[in-house]
Amino acid sequence: MLIKDKSIVEDEWTVLRLKEGEAADSVTVPAGRVIVPLPVWNCQHESLQGRSGLGLWLASFERAEDIPDDVSRFPVIAVDFHKYTDGRGYTLAYRLRNQFGFRGELRAMGDVLRDQLFYLQRVGFDAFAVREDKDIHDALNGLNDFSISYQASTDNPQPLYRRVERGVAR
Amino acid sequence: MYRYDRFDHQIVAERVAQFRDQVRRRLSGELKEDEFRVLRLQNGVYMQIHAYMMRLAAPYGMVSAAQMRMFGHIARKYDRGYGHFTTRQNIQFNWLKLQDTPDILADLATVEAHATQTSGNCIRNITTDEFAGVAQDELIDPRPYAELLRQWSTFHPEFAYLPRKFKFSITGATQDRAAIEINDIGLQVVKNAQGEVGFRVLVGGGLGRTPVIGTEISAFVPWQHIITYAESIVRVYNEFGRRDNLYKARIKILVKAIGIEEFRRQVEEEWKFSKDGPSTLTQTELDRVAACFTAPDYERLPQTDAAVATLLQSNKGFTNWLKRNVKPHKVPGYAAVELSLKRTGVAPGDATAEQMDAAAALADKYSFGELRITHMQNLVLADVKQSDLIALWEEAKAHGFATPNIGLLTDIICCPGGDFCTLANARSITLAKAVDERFDDIDYLQDIGEVDLNISGCVNACAHHHVGHIGILGVDKSGEEWYQVSIGGNKGSPASVGKIIGRSFSFAQIPEVVARLLQVYVRERHAGERFIDTVRRTGLDPFVEYVYATPVPEDEKLLLPDYELIKLGTPYDTPYYSPRF
Ligand code: HEM
Ligand code: SF4
Repeated sequence: MLIKDKSIVEDEWTVLRLKEGEAADSVTVPAGRVIVPLPVWNCQHESLQGRSGLGLWLASFERAEDIPDDVSRFPVIAVDFHKYTDGRGYTLAYRLRNQFGFRGELRAMGDVLRDQLFYLQRVGFDAFAVREDKDIHDALNGLNDFSISYQASTDNPQPLYRRVERGVAR
Repeated sequence: MYRYDRFDHQIVAERVAQFRDQVRRRLSGELKEDEFRVLRLQNGVYMQIHAYMMRLAAPYGMVSAAQMRMFGHIARKYDRGYGHFTTRQNIQFNWLKLQDTPDILADLATVEAHATQTSGNCIRNITTDEFAGVAQDELIDPRPYAELLRQWSTFHPEFAYLPRKFKFSITGATQDRAAIEINDIGLQVVKNAQGEVGFRVLVGGGLGRTPVIGTEISAFVPWQHIITYAESIVRVYNEFGRRDNLYKARIKILVKAIGIEEFRRQVEEEWKFSKDGPSTLTQTELDRVAACFTAPDYERLPQTDAAVATLLQSNKGFTNWLKRNVKPHKVPGYAAVELSLKRTGVAPGDATAEQMDAAAALADKYSFGELRITHMQNLVLADVKQSDLIALWEEAKAHGFATPNIGLLTDIICCPGGDFCTLANARSITLAKAVDERFDDIDYLQDIGEVDLNISGCVNACAHHHVGHIGILGVDKSGEEWYQVSIGGNKGSPASVGKIIGRSFSFAQIPEVVARLLQVYVRERHAGERFIDTVRRTGLDPFVEYVYATPVPEDEKLLLPDYELIKLGTPYDTPYYSPRF
């Protein structure tokens, strides 16, 4: 299951992760809708290039600049949080949306938990593969922790004072 | 000071609800400690040796009388009747139960206060000059900018999981009282040749295990662009700051590793995307916020007060207090008054609930209902009429606020250390007490003059020992507490990092070591020289020679049970609220 656009839906994608002993250049990319890691995309560029139902995932230490193609080629880009405290994924998402013009599904996966969803959504994620041992219905609540925010981000490119008439000292 | 509009109120209320639910899920076991730790830290909740500790925010050190009363209320209702003012111009409470912390946030919200981002790897409480708005050497009041930065950084979605904590400090004066050189980003409000307001921006300062003085990244960023510029710096740091080693994760390490030129290039590159974009500050928003920081209704008063002048002739206690605890003010007939939280026998920066109420009452009576918390862990009433000084002095004395030691040796900056903190190698509060007792002689202290003595219980440097004129650091030698002593540090204008004088000392030796350092100073000083000036002129040698010339005796008293080393983690006979036990 997946949270997509604020509701819980079936996940139509499978994620390819390299297992012990598998190499990026030789692993078989299964048929169907698959999200492949960047090294696999890089190594098997020629054979994969023609496939349409392919998504890409980035580890938190990878950068948007590392993607050799136009990002809009991918219907899905996922960011893998190996640990929820690794905040690089937030900047990665922000830059994919605002500096690389990525409009497809931007998915957070890995150590993705309820209490991070609000910020994740703000920087530009619209899909969340919540960690499997957690209740995804409960996690959905995390998207609504706040109804307003001071600063601009992907969800709201204007800071609060440009969106509303702010009060003056009472 | 800044007043909330309905949006501020709503954001804070939603935060309280969010944290209440998180605590509920923690207590029910739904959230594991590893998942909860970061959430509680971003609300200022630590787990210490005995109990949960909570650090409440006083943005840029400003506190209203109502907020100060609320601190008193919190001390009484949830803690043991006292609290601890910190070098980040905040206040922390040491003896809390986790289940009470959401109620504390709810209570704070009623007086427009919170504990947001007072810990954790995010943008922390922004600090500034405790005399902002009243200092004679101030060019521009930094507080409106500090508030704009506070709002920008509050719940910033991209920067809640930085490699490490991130601290801003901002000053608008020529004398740097905000220690901007030892913050991750230091801002100095300046005017360019055209008279336009902007910021000189320093980056990569910080203490901890590797003390570094900040480097200038830009000589002038126009004020409208400060948010996008700061955001670019933090974004580059978030991407490239080290995450493999806790001790190498601060921005100072990144700046050192790639060099300021390369770092600046990356920031400018990043800035291209946001510069002139929607996060550019508007005049309307600046005006709205600045309207909260206009000068109060000052009266037209003579430059000096006759009664004060008369009492100065006859009363030595008053003279001492006036000399140390009363500071000049830009408006004729006014003064800024420091309430000292440093008394022999009390942990530096601690205040009781009664004192908090009393400080609030003094603020209402004498200073337009506002106070400031200083990075030296004292309080300031910034707008006192000189004609009120005598009455205020009497009242301050009655409440234990009038120790005339501001800036003197016993105005010690001290971290919680081994008595509270799980990270400590050694005790610091107890050592501060020993030093206080040894030098409890105001005439001697006045003669010695300004000395910053800073005591940290471990390398995290919470008490800024690197920039103390005398810095004491608790170190661990095979499980025992020892202390390393350095001299020559300075916190600003210009900042410098102290140098270690040699082998470390035992707890009971430290008062004698301090005494010897002061003896050398008295011997070597030129007229008008402060301790730090002498150290800078002579270098370390005369101090080192004298301190180590003969064995340093231990103070017998400090070996008695009163001062006995309580082994870290030893259960005390007090209720333990912390699940560590
Ligand atoms: C007892 C609970 C406390 C704990 C567990 C704690 C922990 C820490 C840690 C781990 C650091 C180092 C961070 C780093 O360099 O990356 C640090 C730095 C610091 N702490 Fe604390 N601290 C505590 C209390 C305090 C108090 C009471 C104060 C103020 C008196 C304080 C002020 C500071 C300051 C100013 C720094 C920054 C030094 C720098 O710029 O590197 N802390 N603290
Ligand atoms: S300096 Fe060390 S001992 Fe002191 S409060 Fe900070 S972490 Fe604890």
